[in-house]
Amino acid sequence: MQNVDFTLCEGEIHALMGENGAGKSTLIKVLTGVYEKDEGEIFLKGMNKAAVIRSPQDAQKLGISTVYQEITLCPNLSVAENMYIARGKGAGQNWKKMNADADKILKSLDIPAKATQQLSSCSIAIQQMVAIARAVDMDCKVLILDEPTSSLDEQEVQKLFGLMRDLKKRGVGIIFVTHFLDQVYEVSDKITVLRDGKLVGEYEIETLPRVKLVAKMLGKELDDMEEIRDDSLVYKGKDADETVFEAKGLQSNAGIKPFDFYIKRGEVNGFTGLLGSGRSECVRAIFGADRMLHGEVKKNGKKIKISKPIDAMKNGIAYLPEDRKIDGIIGDLSVRENIILALQVLKGFFKPFTKAQAYKFADEYIKLLEIKTASADTPIKSLSGGNQQKVILARWLLMNPEYLILDEPTRGIDIGTKIEIQKLVLKLASEGMSVTFISSETDEMLRTCSRLVVMRDRKVVGELSGEDLTQNKIMSTIAGGDR
Amino acid sequence: MQKNNSKSSVAKAFSGIFRNQLFIPIAALLLLALFNFIMDPSFFAISFGHNSAGNPVLSGRLITILDNGSELAILAIGMTLVTAASGGQDISVGAAIAIAGSVILRVLCGGQVSPEHLQAPIIVGFLAACIVAMLFGAFNGVLVAYFKIQPMVATLILYTAGRSIASWINNSQLPIVNEPKFGYFGGLIPGIPIPTPFIIAVICMIVMALVLKFTNLGLYTQAVGINESSSKLNGLNPKFIKLLSFIILGLCVAVAALIKVSRVSTINYSVVAKDIEMDAILAVALGGNALSGGKFSMPASIIGAYVIQFLTTTLYKFNVRADALPAYKAAVIILLVVLSAPVVREKLSSLGKKLKSGTRVKEVG
Amino acid sequence: MKKKFLGVVLSVAMVATLLAGCGKKEEAPTDETATEAPADDAAADEGSSSDKVITVGIINNDPTESGYRTANVKSLEEAFSAANGYEAKTFYSLKNDEQINAAQQFIQEGVDYLLLSAADTAGWDSTLKDAQAAGIPVILFDRTIDADESLYAASIVSDMDKEGQTAVEWLASQNLDEYNIIHIQGVMGSAAQKGRSGALQEKVDAEDSWNIVTQQTAEWNAEKAQQIVQSVIDSGEEFNVIYAENDDMARGAVAALDNANISHGVDGDVIIMGFDCNKWALKEVQAGRWNYDGQCNPFQAPYIDEVIKTLEAGQEVAEKVIILEEKGFDSSITDEEIEANGIGDETAPTE
Repeated sequence: MQNVDFTLCEGEIHALMGENGAGKSTLIKVLTGVYEKDEGEIFLKGMNKAAVIRSPQDAQKLGISTVYQEITLCPNLSVAENMYIARGKGAGQNWKKMNADADKILKSLDIPAKATQQLSSCSIAIQQMVAIARAVDMDCKVLILDEPTSSLDEQEVQKLFGLMRDLKKRGVGIIFVTHFLDQVYEVSDKITVLRDGKLVGEYEIETLPRVKLVAKMLGKELDDMEEIRDDSLVYKGKDADETVFEAKGLQSNAGIKPFDFYIKRGEVNGFTGLLGSGRSECVRAIFGADRMLHGEVKKNGKKIKISKPIDAMKNGIAYLPEDRKIDGIIGDLSVRENIILALQVLKGFFKPFTKAQAYKFADEYIKLLEIKTASADTPIKSLSGGNQQKVILARWLLMNPEYLILDEPTRGIDIGTKIEIQKLVLKLASEGMSVTFISSETDEMLRTCSRLVVMRDRKVVGELSGEDLTQNKIMSTIAGGDR
Repeated sequence: MQKNNSKSSVAKAFSGIFRNQLFIPIAALLLLALFNFIMDPSFFAISFGHNSAGNPVLSGRLITILDNGSELAILAIGMTLVTAASGGQDISVGAAIAIAGSVILRVLCGGQVSPEHLQAPIIVGFLAACIVAMLFGAFNGVLVAYFKIQPMVATLILYTAGRSIASWINNSQLPIVNEPKFGYFGGLIPGIPIPTPFIIAVICMIVMALVLKFTNLGLYTQAVGINESSSKLNGLNPKFIKLLSFIILGLCVAVAALIKVSRVSTINYSVVAKDIEMDAILAVALGGNALSGGKFSMPASIIGAYVIQFLTTTLYKFNVRADALPAYKAAVIILLVVLSAPVVREKLSSLGKKLKSGTRVKEVG
Repeated sequence: MKKKFLGVVLSVAMVATLLAGCGKKEEAPTDETATEAPADDAAADEGSSSDKVITVGIINNDPTESGYRTANVKSLEEAFSAANGYEAKTFYSLKNDEQINAAQQFIQEGVDYLLLSAADTAGWDSTLKDAQAAGIPVILFDRTIDADESLYAASIVSDMDKEGQTAVEWLASQNLDEYNIIHIQGVMGSAAQKGRSGALQEKVDAEDSWNIVTQQTAEWNAEKAQQIVQSVIDSGEEFNVIYAENDDMARGAVAALDNANISHGVDGDVIIMGFDCNKWALKEVQAGRWNYDGQCNPFQAPYIDEVIKTLEAGQEVAEKVIILEEKGFDSSITDEEIEANGIGDETAPTE
């Protein structure tokens, strides 16, 4: 990161935007003392001298607190303990007073949690809010929220926004990092855009419409945000009407109700619904990632048995999982090894690819998907999120599946890559691959899918296609229709 | 940065060396060698002679190191796989060697204490030991993979009970093999002046290298060790792979046991291969492999094993007082393990960069 | 959550370890039945005409400790068998506290006699007092303990210092011009190591012509002994005596000599000395490949039997402390002596 100016005013919510690898995280880490700066100075209100921030403790003393995407609290301690842990109040903690203080803060911030409750019994959103409450109580003047909303559902996001607005009124300056454009426009006052480790500019929210923001982030004017679909991207093979995969009364041990499902050759369909409605569980059941309890699955009209992922893979089904870090990447292994893994497993234990073959595959897909990596030997964990996702995608494409399941392939990655992935999905479908696409962002689904299965409370509640494919119709189906 | 391009490329190479996993074990080996060379160059003398049976034999400290380090090197192979796959270590290998050794002697002596002739061919005894050791490995593996017990805790059971089981197998007798051929495995084969244990160790290394080259054992083991959940979604069976690593370690144990009991043609259940599990784990750690599993380097572990043996032999040479010996060993090993920890290696390599680019070295150092 | 899980795992493991410990305790009776050999000369003499079965609680070290211990445990189990009119309860452990617990339990169960070879010399006072209060005579064997003589009925023990002295005297009688000794010690601090090292050290300190080339512990381990001797050979130092504190270590040392073509034994360059008198070791001595083996007598059973018989008859024990006679053997040893004094070669019943 080089030469970035950044100003945060009292009582303002300031969005920090940029693609993956633009330098957002680096900026935050310098502000909080995780990284040391090479040059430049940091000034705080009421100080006429540059602040010295060498460690997170220094930052905390100066009133700079950070709440990260992943909860960094201790789930097996109580809410109050989490709020006061390691705050240097010394031994002889007065537990009663601590709990009372904690309750007061929680109440003042309108957080529905009790001080004595064990943290792990709260929802993720509440845990996030407790983390914020902890920060606020530390006399914080600057609050940094790093992707706080990525694991929250719509309602929870609204609650969080309420809290942010409340803090803003109290004069706290908030730096808000997110990938969700909607959310930026909902709460922020100002936007600072970074690109390639450099400052692009600081803007008032009113002066920067969405399209322009995206253009600034990508560094080029973008005019195809709206429509990436066209007729050339529809599969026109003779077998276009054939059902590739079909499931009847499928139920897994992950707690979803039995459901029916089918997909045709060259079709792109999707599961939609709120977070936790059972979208992922459905596709996991199809792929054999969870244990199947009931039901029957057919592939190309023939009955098959899928009891574990390898069965599905042998039948030409590929699955890109929802959680890239936990289920997708093998962090310490190289990009090359990550790309060839699935095909290699399919090929068998005693038939490893030669190094040359592996490099050929890897280089081919690095080029095809424009994966930004130093080399095929770089460990995948050192790539940015979007590029990691491309590697996982490459892994499954290398298998040349008949049916590809993509569960949240665009989560947490930058807009440029998002669009690339969407385009790729349509292109693959036009070549005859069947794709199931799941995304939290409805407009993304609308742009890619020709049919949507709607889920509510772990049950399939409807199916939309053709003219019914509108934002409103989806919303009303999710919410429970006209009742 | 633009100041000096050649300098920065040197720095790059320099930091690359530090980052290489083989750097620490090889450096340790060279350091020990250098130390011995300065203290007494005759350390490296190798002479050719004949043993009391009239067979040719090479002797000298280097040969002694290669000879005595064999069991450890063989165990390090299996321990590396177990560590990589399960993220934990098997602490029962010493006890398992007692069991496997006891099985060999039970078969060869047929329950007698000191029979004049072998009661069964040596190969039968060895195969029986392989099967038993692999079964015990599987027992550990099942506890770790299927019951999700931490490896150290799971293997604690066999660690505690193993030597009693070994003694039970032979009815608490300490059988002696009188057949000179049995001594070949821990000594010399007539006509070949190189110690047989070292030859066996090399064979094990070659077999492992071939297995790693011609199967996916390495890739699968690392994938499972790094991210079990992800491996499962890629069609692997993490439980089976963990189990497999323990079974392979069992095989290594059987080979090490053959060498151990062959060296003296008898066994003592309570002292045979005592504390060898700790040395085997150290060999893995010295090789710079993360003890929490994941990526591994087999050559680094094997060199680590010989570093430990080199150190032991050096300490014997300098007549380090008997009861102080473990303390010296511990001190040197702590130093080496700390140096080979990924964090320190990272620091070293960045220090290397700074040193080479020549900016404000004084302040750092 | 994870912590809790670990806790469960740990407790499971602890239970498992306990179970393993229990298993060890139960192993003894099965062993006994397995080796139901015909009553040997150890205790069968009178055949115990009385109908009364005498219960003895035997507390000993674990039989896997050494060949000596294996023979010791076995001889006791055979002597105090049902055939000889005894019921034996046994407990074997190398840990003093476990032994004390077992002793307390035997006292509660009301055994008639308590036979004890303690792992550690200290810590037995209160247990012995309990036994006395319960009217249970305690007979120490193999190893003595730090307790008042009034607390036990008899003690039949080995004198490790004497073993060492006998060996050193034998070595001195060889009248070498110079003694350059490789001294291979047992586990440091054990009674056998202290006794056997002490005598040699004294002599080396006293005589100018006696030198220690190297002194290392091989912890009763044959391979370690082999490495130690190998190291001396590699360094090219001169030596003409190997004083190993047990047979296993002597065996390891000899393996190293053979590899380097250094002659040993009666007509060889190096004198080999071992301890414990394993039968195989005595045969090496007889064949002249070794020079000396010092005895450590594991056969206390006949003496204990005699003491119990005396006490049962209501008489006083004549000698409270019996120190077992222990000899040293050189190449003059006869087959009869090997049979009588060697340990470990009871050929297991072959079916």
